[in-house]
Amino acid sequence: MMKAKNNDTNKGFLIDSILNNLSDKEISPSDKVKLSLIRKEKTDKPIIYIGAGTCGLAAGADQTINATKEYLISKQIDAEIIEVGCIGLCSSEPLLDVQIPGFNRISFEHVTGDKVEKILNSVFNLETPETDILGQFPKDKNQNWENVKPINEHPFFAPQKRVVLKNCGIINPVNIEQYISLGGYQGFLKTINSNSPIEVCDLIEKSGLRGRGGGGFPTGKKWKFAFNTKADQKYLICNADEGDPGAFMDRAVIEGDPHRLIEGMAVAAYGIGASKAYIYIRAEYPLAIKRLKIALDQARKYGLLGNNIFETGFDFDIKVKMGAGAFVCGEETALIHSIEGKRGMPRPRPPFPAVSGLFGKPTIINNVETLSNIPEIIARGQEWFSSIGTESSKGTKVFALSGKINLTGLVEIPMGTTIRDIIFNIAGGIKNNKKFKSVQIGGPSGGCITEANLDIQVDYESLIKVGAMMGSGGLVVMDEDNCMVDISKFFLQFIQRESCGKCIPCREGTKRMLEILESITQRPNNESPNAALERFKGILQLERLGKVIKETSLCGLGQTAPNPVLSSLKWFREEFEEHIFERKCSAGVCTELRTFKIDVDKCIGCTICAKKCPTNAIIGAKKQPHFIVEEKCIGCGTCEEVCKFDAISIS
Amino acid sequence: MKINFNIEVNNQSVEAIKGETILDALNRNGIKVPTLCHMKDFTPTGACRMCVVEDEITGKLITSCSFPVAEGMKIKTHSPKVVEARKTIVELLLSNHPDDCLYCVRNRNCELQNLSDELQVRERRIIGKKNNYNIDNSGVSIIRDPDKCILCGRCVEVCEKVMGVSAIDYVNRGSQTIIGTAFNKGLNVSSCVNCGQCIMVCPTGALTEKNHFPEIREALNDPAKTVVIQYAPAISVSLAEEFGIESGKDINGIMNSALRKIGFNRVFDTSFAADLTIMEESAELINRITNNGVLPMMTSCCPAWVKYAEEFVPEFLPNISSCKSPQQMMGSVIKNYFAKTENLKAEDIYSVSIMPCTAKKFEAQREEMTTHGISDVDAVLTTRELGQFIKLYGIDISKIEPEVADSPLGTRSTAGKIFGASGGVMEAAIRTAYYKLTGKELVKFQIPEVRGFEERKETKIKIGELEIGVAVVNGLVNAKKLLTEIKEGRTDIHFIEIMACPGGCIGGGGQHIGSNEDDLKSRMKSLYDIDTNETLKVSHKNPEIIEIYDKFLGEPLGHKSHELLHTNYDKRDVLR
Amino acid sequence: MEDKTINILEQYPNSGNDSLIPILQEVQDAEGYISEKSVIKIGKHLDIPSSKIFGVATFYNQFRFQPLGKYHIQICRGTACHVLGSATVLSTLEKHLKLKAGETSRDGLFSIEVVACIGACGLAPVICVNGKFHAKVTDKSIIEIIENYRKENDESEK
Repeated sequence: MMKAKNNDTNKGFLIDSILNNLSDKEISPSDKVKLSLIRKEKTDKPIIYIGAGTCGLAAGADQTINATKEYLISKQIDAEIIEVGCIGLCSSEPLLDVQIPGFNRISFEHVTGDKVEKILNSVFNLETPETDILGQFPKDKNQNWENVKPINEHPFFAPQKRVVLKNCGIINPVNIEQYISLGGYQGFLKTINSNSPIEVCDLIEKSGLRGRGGGGFPTGKKWKFAFNTKADQKYLICNADEGDPGAFMDRAVIEGDPHRLIEGMAVAAYGIGASKAYIYIRAEYPLAIKRLKIALDQARKYGLLGNNIFETGFDFDIKVKMGAGAFVCGEETALIHSIEGKRGMPRPRPPFPAVSGLFGKPTIINNVETLSNIPEIIARGQEWFSSIGTESSKGTKVFALSGKINLTGLVEIPMGTTIRDIIFNIAGGIKNNKKFKSVQIGGPSGGCITEANLDIQVDYESLIKVGAMMGSGGLVVMDEDNCMVDISKFFLQFIQRESCGKCIPCREGTKRMLEILESITQRPNNESPNAALERFKGILQLERLGKVIKETSLCGLGQTAPNPVLSSLKWFREEFEEHIFERKCSAGVCTELRTFKIDVDKCIGCTICAKKCPTNAIIGAKKQPHFIVEEKCIGCGTCEEVCKFDAISIS
Repeated sequence: MKINFNIEVNNQSVEAIKGETILDALNRNGIKVPTLCHMKDFTPTGACRMCVVEDEITGKLITSCSFPVAEGMKIKTHSPKVVEARKTIVELLLSNHPDDCLYCVRNRNCELQNLSDELQVRERRIIGKKNNYNIDNSGVSIIRDPDKCILCGRCVEVCEKVMGVSAIDYVNRGSQTIIGTAFNKGLNVSSCVNCGQCIMVCPTGALTEKNHFPEIREALNDPAKTVVIQYAPAISVSLAEEFGIESGKDINGIMNSALRKIGFNRVFDTSFAADLTIMEESAELINRITNNGVLPMMTSCCPAWVKYAEEFVPEFLPNISSCKSPQQMMGSVIKNYFAKTENLKAEDIYSVSIMPCTAKKFEAQREEMTTHGISDVDAVLTTRELGQFIKLYGIDISKIEPEVADSPLGTRSTAGKIFGASGGVMEAAIRTAYYKLTGKELVKFQIPEVRGFEERKETKIKIGELEIGVAVVNGLVNAKKLLTEIKEGRTDIHFIEIMACPGGCIGGGGQHIGSNEDDLKSRMKSLYDIDTNETLKVSHKNPEIIEIYDKFLGEPLGHKSHELLHTNYDKRDVLR
Repeated sequence: MEDKTINILEQYPNSGNDSLIPILQEVQDAEGYISEKSVIKIGKHLDIPSSKIFGVATFYNQFRFQPLGKYHIQICRGTACHVLGSATVLSTLEKHLKLKAGETSRDGLFSIEVVACIGACGLAPVICVNGKFHAKVTDKSIIEIIENYRKENDESEK
């Protein structure tokens, strides 16, 4: 009961003294204290923050939370537990931070349930624990933890410039007060009070912000198309259908800082003249959906969404629409069809959605990261934003790092950072000291970057120059144990599953390309003498098909679908040739190309391998060493698995 | 106002109209661009990518079917890039096609085959895994072979936008996509009304009608059987196209002769039965109007409409005329009246009909369409199949002399003949109703307000003191709109003619595949020319009609008529 | 017996085509899958032909037409997971349960579904069983995880 009342007081204070008082007038010292409490810069009781994004939960954060609760009860400590989003360092999950009154917030990594007690014990005794420290968050007037580095000096965080991820993992995502106390929604209210919509479009255009969903179209310019189309109703759609396998920044932003997105959308809607908006979000992100809905309710209660927002005459509200699992719905017209309740099949453009989109009305579709940049641009100005990045690509970009690297997670870096920096400095290089092979960027639309191109500076144009693309920013690192033919096949399988099936080049073409790749990674029985030649011809078809698919497909999915294959083929042609001519996969990934041999000294003739062999490729009499008939073997490895005498191995 | 400007096509200036697509501009200027998914007057779907042209300014390929013309546009329609793209697309379609062209009913009339030829596909560069889907043989009229389907989506569009039925849609996604029914059930349990318009737009042999040649041939070879045949009003003006003769040419006499040469023992004209239908239906209309019956009355000639009503608007079943369709009236008359006059047993007669329609195959096997357990009609051929049948029997129609149909049941008025066009039933019925109510013939028989291809035609007809409102619709989606208005309270319409197919039976689902709008217009014109040129313009003056009522039926709506010529329908539960 | 589909439809009065997907999602949540009967009811409510509803439902990965197993195993086949061996995890699981992805075991205990990307790439390979995530799964640990669920079930049935 007390708590609710407390919140209400804060609501009145925040609305009256902060949101309704946007002039730069100095606020009173007592209000300052109040603010710093809401901001959690100061605290009157201990706060324990636990990273409870999807990645945190996957790493066991729920056990951490339970253990923490039990600990607090057993020690009778009155402390607050706050579930925060992901700070970005997934490989260190579960993360647990503790903020004790008067002390800096201190952060720990790998805090599984069993470690909670030990860590909390020492922290509450004001002793620095020996291990698992990530760093501390220095704040004025707070006491420092000795021998603990500030978190922004951690090699993972030091090179980052966090704009979109600023609050992720730091603040309580479902606490609108904290967001407002840190300056949130003030830019939005200032804008609708004192700027015209076209001024907003202008500002965003001048800032140089480009779409973060893949294409990189200038955001302000796009808004102006809708602004200039007269209509009784316009729509804004936030594309949170993050289907790109290997990208998860949208999820993390929504889970970690949903109000930033809502504010960005509100500004965008004002700019284009939309009173209604949708967030189209993957159903696979239940936690993000939950937090988003809570945040939307909070914003409505504060009058930041709804009719006549803060008596400006601006009406705006947001609906959440759950996607139902179709990668192609990331494409604008497919997404619109999906919201309309149809099969998510793209349609030809023109007409562009900005002219005729959802329900035939002008519609602007921006992705989560794009929209989440808006509040900061509004608050700090276009010059500030355009001072970051390269000539053509302004601001920062969030990348999702995964694969064979030491540190995985989300990083936000200024455009222009080199790929080498990202992989070898921020992410700590390749796991287990293996050799770097390539990094796949841009998911199923992108391509791979090899050692030779690691020093390119990340921006839209330079990535395209080397045959990759920004895409949504998934960076999957591969080492010498990965096979590029297999990776190509993987992406084609993905595209095959996810192609909508409408246009012929994408539907049939990618299927044929996949079949060709399968033919070179499979071991056919009874191979004819010119089979290798046939397979080589297949490779030639691969390139021709890829070109036509790119040129003729209906939508972006098809137009970029061949990219991963063409890119691998360009940089790793010798790997393809090895598969074709030598029927060999050096990385040992393409299992069907493996050949097995039986060590006659170890084989006791138990016959188990012969019995389990699916193609009857093993012969031999009981109690006599067995042999593999290579022509019949399909390389499945069952014999190796079942042999109890280690007699079978890959040759 | 049309704004015209020029665009550059293949380095030449070509006139374009603002708002039109590149494809329209090209076609108007004599440049052909291949298409597969494109259908005139439908929103372009952009699915097939065959119509791509090169935008010289950007170097990109754009689909001409969907891209509007713009000033300053420069395009190439047959650049190497364009041709390579189109050819590859066709090769992709062929790469997992069943490749049984020689055995396919659409051999030599297949758009995929034509494109492959036009684009000079001469070697198999791409080999794909075949799909091996099951053929849906469950329907009475239509067979679906998903292996031959190229997913152009034209059938889906027609089924939804012209018929308002949506029995089929895209199912699954990606390379698993097929066109299918709800839950992949057979067409027989779907809401399909068998209109066959999907077959008309199918570029390949994925959709075909169910063929009954073996049964018919067996009957023809059976000396114990008297094999009779009837043909619908639209057939004589449509068959010519099957033989490459100019569209709309009336070859009734030659057709009669060909049918006899094949071996049919009697050749009857369904238009006679159309006259009979008019006698019954106009009597029913008068009866409903004068005795406060259920109005508006709706025609029952079109079996696709009847099935649609049973499934979608059963509340209107009482409005549907109880008259059987001309095909079924003729069938019934043949197996009862004709059998009696010829001293034949009904079961010794094998009765075939030729219809411009696939739904007639369904109608012929309906339970309602039997007398004493014997089907009124035993087999139905479409116009297309008749063409094949004539060829099968080696008949050279260019060398044979015209003959007249057999009598009785072979003489018709032109009122019966114009049944083949949308509005024809209405016009014929009004002619006779007018006479019956006023005792006088109309001064001018033509009712131009109900003629033509418009989706809906409405007019008021003054018959003596009485003014009745009539409406004619074609395309079931238009019927649905009209019925909604009636449900919402319109009462000014008393009689409605509903035909499922655009333009009526001349545009039926059993007609020649590959005809265009002009061909359909020629067929319609031909029917109305017959009406203009001949003198017997009303059903009630048809001497054979007068004779059959004198000798056999008694009077319209009489006891015998009720037994043989009328029926009624029930609500039908299907997966819809 | 209460009709869950009808209850859901009552929450959507006077709705149009754009309510179709949310309704399908709710119906599947309530009933576990999309049945033919539900499709017909939804079609009547929204005035959409059942072929269209089936077309929409078969387009999206989320919808299924038969009930799931008690333990629904989602295997992430995103890029990061693939690079770290999710293909092997999947094939081990399929072999272990003698079940293909997309199927449900005869005893109704397990079903396997391949999903595009769960969005936990930093902890790849990831699987999700009834909403609970398991990170950094290997071909060894997957069997352990599954057998733990089997044990849990056996104990609950005792």
